[in-house]
Amino acid sequence: MTLTGAQILWESLVREGATTVFGYPGGAILPAYDAMLDYPIRHVLVRHEQGATHMADGYARASGRVGVAVATSGPGATNMTTGIATAMMDSSPIVCITGQVGSHLIGYDAFQETDITGVTLPITKHNYLVTRPEDIAPAIREAFYIAAHGRPGPVLIDITKDAQQRTCELDWDGAVPKPHKRPGRRPHPEDYAQALRLINEARRPLILGGHGIMLSGAMHIVREFAERAHIPVAMTLLGIGAFPASHPLNLGMMGMHGEAWVNTAIQEADLLLAFGMRFDDRVTGNLTTYAPNAKKIHIEIDPSEINKNVRVDVAIVGDLRAVLEELLPDVAEGDRSEWIDSLASLKGDAAVRDIQNMPDSGHLYAAHVIHDLWHATDGNALVVTDVGQHQMWEAQYYKHDQPRSLITSGGLGTMGFALPAAIGAKIARPDAEVWAVVGDGGFQMTMAELGTIAQERLDLNVAIINNGYLGMVRQWQEFFYERRYAATPLLNPDFAKLAEAYGLTGTTVTTRPAVIPAVQAARAHRGTVVIDFQVEQEDSVFPMVPAGGDLHAMIRRPSPSPIVETSADP
Amino acid sequence: MVETHTFVVYVEDRPGVLNRVASLFRRRAFNIESLTVGHTERAGVSRMTIAVKADRTGAQRIEAHLYKLVNVINVEDITSTPSVLRDLAMIKVAATQESRSDIMQLVDVFRARVVDVAPDSLIIEITGTEDKIDSLLEVLRPYGVIEMVRTGRVAITRGTKNGSSGLAVRPPASPSDEAKVSYSV
Repeated sequence: MTLTGAQILWESLVREGATTVFGYPGGAILPAYDAMLDYPIRHVLVRHEQGATHMADGYARASGRVGVAVATSGPGATNMTTGIATAMMDSSPIVCITGQVGSHLIGYDAFQETDITGVTLPITKHNYLVTRPEDIAPAIREAFYIAAHGRPGPVLIDITKDAQQRTCELDWDGAVPKPHKRPGRRPHPEDYAQALRLINEARRPLILGGHGIMLSGAMHIVREFAERAHIPVAMTLLGIGAFPASHPLNLGMMGMHGEAWVNTAIQEADLLLAFGMRFDDRVTGNLTTYAPNAKKIHIEIDPSEINKNVRVDVAIVGDLRAVLEELLPDVAEGDRSEWIDSLASLKGDAAVRDIQNMPDSGHLYAAHVIHDLWHATDGNALVVTDVGQHQMWEAQYYKHDQPRSLITSGGLGTMGFALPAAIGAKIARPDAEVWAVVGDGGFQMTMAELGTIAQERLDLNVAIINNGYLGMVRQWQEFFYERRYAATPLLNPDFAKLAEAYGLTGTTVTTRPAVIPAVQAARAHRGTVVIDFQVEQEDSVFPMVPAGGDLHAMIRRPSPSPIVETSADP
Repeated sequence: MVETHTFVVYVEDRPGVLNRVASLFRRRAFNIESLTVGHTERAGVSRMTIAVKADRTGAQRIEAHLYKLVNVINVEDITSTPSVLRDLAMIKVAATQESRSDIMQLVDVFRARVVDVAPDSLIIEITGTEDKIDSLLEVLRPYGVIEMVRTGRVAITRGTKNGSSGLAVRPPASPSDEAKVSYSV
């Protein structure tokens, strides 16, 4: 069948299972846009190409399918880089298609020419410059394969305008990906034996659960493993949801803003079982004092992560689920009540977390908002968070029982991620109740995507945790820079009116009693509601391990903390 | 222990692959001592010899990272494998009538050869280990080294094993028009 390169592009995307693409047209991608009309593809017109990549990312994380973003050459392509880097750091499978100037113009600084394969080389798993229509189908097939296999990640395909316009035969079967063989992934039996010995002998073991649990589909087996061996589980930020928050063995989030008992557990453990996580510096703090008593077993699909940050005693490279399926039958049933009870007793002094029944004091705290949002949505929402204080509060106070119910930018910490990613998540899972929880700073980086929401008539909700500051930076300035608030106070627009300007619904909440009614009203409303929660301005996220600090030396909640004070109020 | 590791890396002979490999070393802050690349006995396959200072864990990470590049076919750290390592240098050294015969004696001692003679200079070509070339350089310095070019290390393991024959190499997208195949940059 003879097709134009543009037709081959859509034919290939459809055959790879793409139903939706997020994009923005322009000169060098025009032939592709013209051909698109004849294919069963939903195109979501974004307001900025960064939004397209975050939407593809949110789509991928919500569904496990590959997300697709499309942009033109030059500025369209460079606008994608933040979203691509975000997907790279968080192992999210997306395929980005960019138009490129005609192949005869490459290297001549043509209008809207950028060497985007050069630019994205360090932030993609792989990328392609395609100058001939014959190479389009092989590139797309391979790109989908690379994006989704092994440790997932972004792939970019840059297609010149003439490659879109010229015709050739589509040879779909000939375009099948032929990846090179990699050295045996099958772990050594001795590694299994040693891992089992360590697990069965450990008295104070702890599972560190990461994003890899979700990516590998290992939720069920991790739970079985933890229950059988009676081992508590601590989660990374991106691991949240992979193990039910309500499960008695789940301790909660670890690391910089993890609860003290979680980090204490890490420091006291005699064995760490790292499941699909990479010992990020936000998780470990000071490496020289990290988990000093623990042997470490690392189960990880990416061999380059082994011994990168933390030296481990046993490394098993492979798909987490497959490895655990192999290990589980030989894991001894355990009773580690003593260890688990000792951790439970540490939670006593953290009763401040239990804000469920806290009476109203006239102050609205972000923790209240997140807690009430959790309560009002029965813990069943798919929450997409931005980056900063609200992100940490959400991770602390919204209890996620379902996998893929929290989507957030972890590794890159990309402000502006949440709104577009929530759009992608809603389109991937139209039946899910999607909430974008954002700060007033990050929201303004990509709030133009409200226009996308309006145009696509999407039904999701936005909770702005508005404290009038770039809150996390303000917090660091308070703690480490003598409260010199350089460039952190924000003059904000009226967010409710802004939503109304887009034809959406906007409300403003300033008191605790108004939180749940506002959330319920948003849930009941057909269409998107933006709620501006105006919270206490100089509130901080506790506990906190300062960057590079020792995990056991956390800055604890002030005593009496403002939140505790309010709970003591009549 | 940090030492110089020698990697033999087979890669697809496609535009941009060298850039991908070099970029990897740069962004992961591994320090390349030398990198050479050239064709192999098989069409479509290039071979790189990369010398890099690293400890054992670092070397393992380098290997793992190289394998993450789609265009990399095979990686081998031959540091502890019996191998022949060679560097080639051409050295232009000042030579007056009085010093010329002294220099040529040194060239003989090092089993190097003179490849060009000008009224006031010589060009010496030497092949050998980096140490040997450094030593020659050392003794030539007093005469005045004007210019030098070195290839960097190339390496091959001893014995009959290895080579690219066992490698499964994907065919280029279109053998007839390979110059235009642009899987990579």
